Amino acid sequence: MIPAPFEYLRAHDVAHALDLLREHGDEAKLLAGGHSLLPMMKLRLARPTVLIDIAELADLDYVRVDGDTLAVGALATHARVGEAELVRAEAPLIAHSASLIGDPQVRHRGTIGGSLAHADPAADLPMAVLAAGATLVLEGPAGRREVDADDFFTGFFTTALEPDEILVEIRLPRRAGEPWGYEKFVRRSNDWAIVGVATVAGRVALANMGSAPLRAAETERALAAGAGIDAAAELAAENTDPVSDLHADPAYRRHLARVLVARALSSAPG
Amino acid sequence: MIQVEVTVNGEARSAEVEPRLLLVHFLRDVCRLRATNVGCDTTSCGACTVLLDGVSVKSCTVLAAQADGHEVATVEGLAREGELHPVQAAFRAEHGLQCGFCTPGMVMASVGLLQANPHPTEEEIRIGLEGNLCRCTGYHNIVRAVLAAAEAEA
Ligand SMILES: Cc1cc2nc3c(=O)[nH]c(=O)nc-3n(C[C@H](O)[C@H](O)[C@H](O)COP(=O)(O)OP(=O)(O)OC[C@H]3O[C@@H](n4cnc5c(N)ncnc54)[C@H](O)[C@@H]3O)c2cc1C
Ligand code: FES
Ligand code: FES
Repeated sequence: MIPAPFEYLRAHDVAHALDLLREHGDEAKLLAGGHSLLPMMKLRLARPTVLIDIAELADLDYVRVDGDTLAVGALATHARVGEAELVRAEAPLIAHSASLIGDPQVRHRGTIGGSLAHADPAADLPMAVLAAGATLVLEGPAGRREVDADDFFTGFFTTALEPDEILVEIRLPRRAGEPWGYEKFVRRSNDWAIVGVATVAGRVALANMGSAPLRAAETERALAAGAGIDAAAELAAENTDPVSDLHADPAYRRHLARVLVARALSSAPG
Repeated sequence: MIQVEVTVNGEARSAEVEPRLLLVHFLRDVCRLRATNVGCDTTSCGACTVLLDGVSVKSCTVLAAQADGHEVATVEGLAREGELHPVQAAFRAEHGLQCGFCTPGMVMASVGLLQANPHPTEEEIRIGLEGNLCRCTGYHNIVRAVLAAAEAEA
């Protein structure tokens, strides 16, 4: 399987990538790690005629502390996010999430920005940044703007990104030492979550329980009101809309959500 | 067509290629290095694993264009002066292969794993090779081979 023909352009920095995006408009797609886009292009599920390779934008590959925030450049690979001491110390939930993605080869190529922009409802990092209360920094022709993770994932594989914008930075609240929990239910190794749960600081996010990653709002409210873990977890599947596929039907996914939320809340390694 | 230059096993290889050419086909058809196999073509099996700038990648899911200006290592480049690389020697000694189809990818994934973690535990090896499937061996001898290679290299 090979993708349909396209033109390949390599961007040197963010400004250059934005120029190329403007020049090529709807025809073009950004290429980061290529580990969602290339498989989709092989299957003809995506058919851009221009690829703008942003993988070499050295100005977007970093992890650094910025006041009470941990700033991660969009091109940091899953391997880097999973292994960097700074991420493991200041945002352990995010490091753990990245370290569970696919397999080592996938983590060497895939990037945090690519995963969030792709917005697969079953993916690890979208759920994790939602639980972490991250802020995403988008850059377009008019400059930079910030979008809360809560407002970024707008639906099935869709986000608040405009076609002429690039996701440049992920800003994570520093949470060194705070307890967190993560549950990824899979049947095969290197697979996406059948249902996933990430929780930290009273926030609980779910993967694959709807068309986008979701907050388990009723569970969060119950926890805030002082409910115990089991009572709060019972509410985890409220207002969810899980799909049916060969792995699980909606009723089983709701059951998994309740069980996994209870596990994530009680495991909370820290 | 675009011009790419990739250093493959230490040798500069340049060619005019279609932008959609996959790295695995660049290696097999342009460089005529046929050890790297295509198994699934869908990023699942790891048969096409090579090292790109020293880390393991699935070359069926990398464009030759993305490798332009970078270094690739394939299993053909491992042996030195007729001596098998310790990982190759260990796969042979421990019977880490049967049909051999997964082996080039398995060996390159193992080389990458040992570079990052020279003394892995058995569990770290099993997790580290999660991206490589073998239909024959049942994995035990592969894991043994990687443990033996780690010892031999120490
Ligand atoms: C075998 C396999 C197993 C996997 N398993 C998992 C898993 O268990 N969990 C999981 O979460 N994911 C999994 N993935 C997906 C993986 O995490 C991808 O790396 C990720 O979804 C996409 O990142 P990328 O850098 O490769 O993006 P690309 O494929 O390059 O791009 C994806 C999309 O995002 C856009 N884009 C990329 N970067 C930016 C940016 N900075 N700004 C704006 N738009 C951008 C692109 O235009 C494209 O539309 C798996 C993938 C494979 C192949
Ligand atoms: S052929 Fe590349 S992973 Fe199977
Ligand atoms: S030896 Fe046959 S697939 Fe591994």
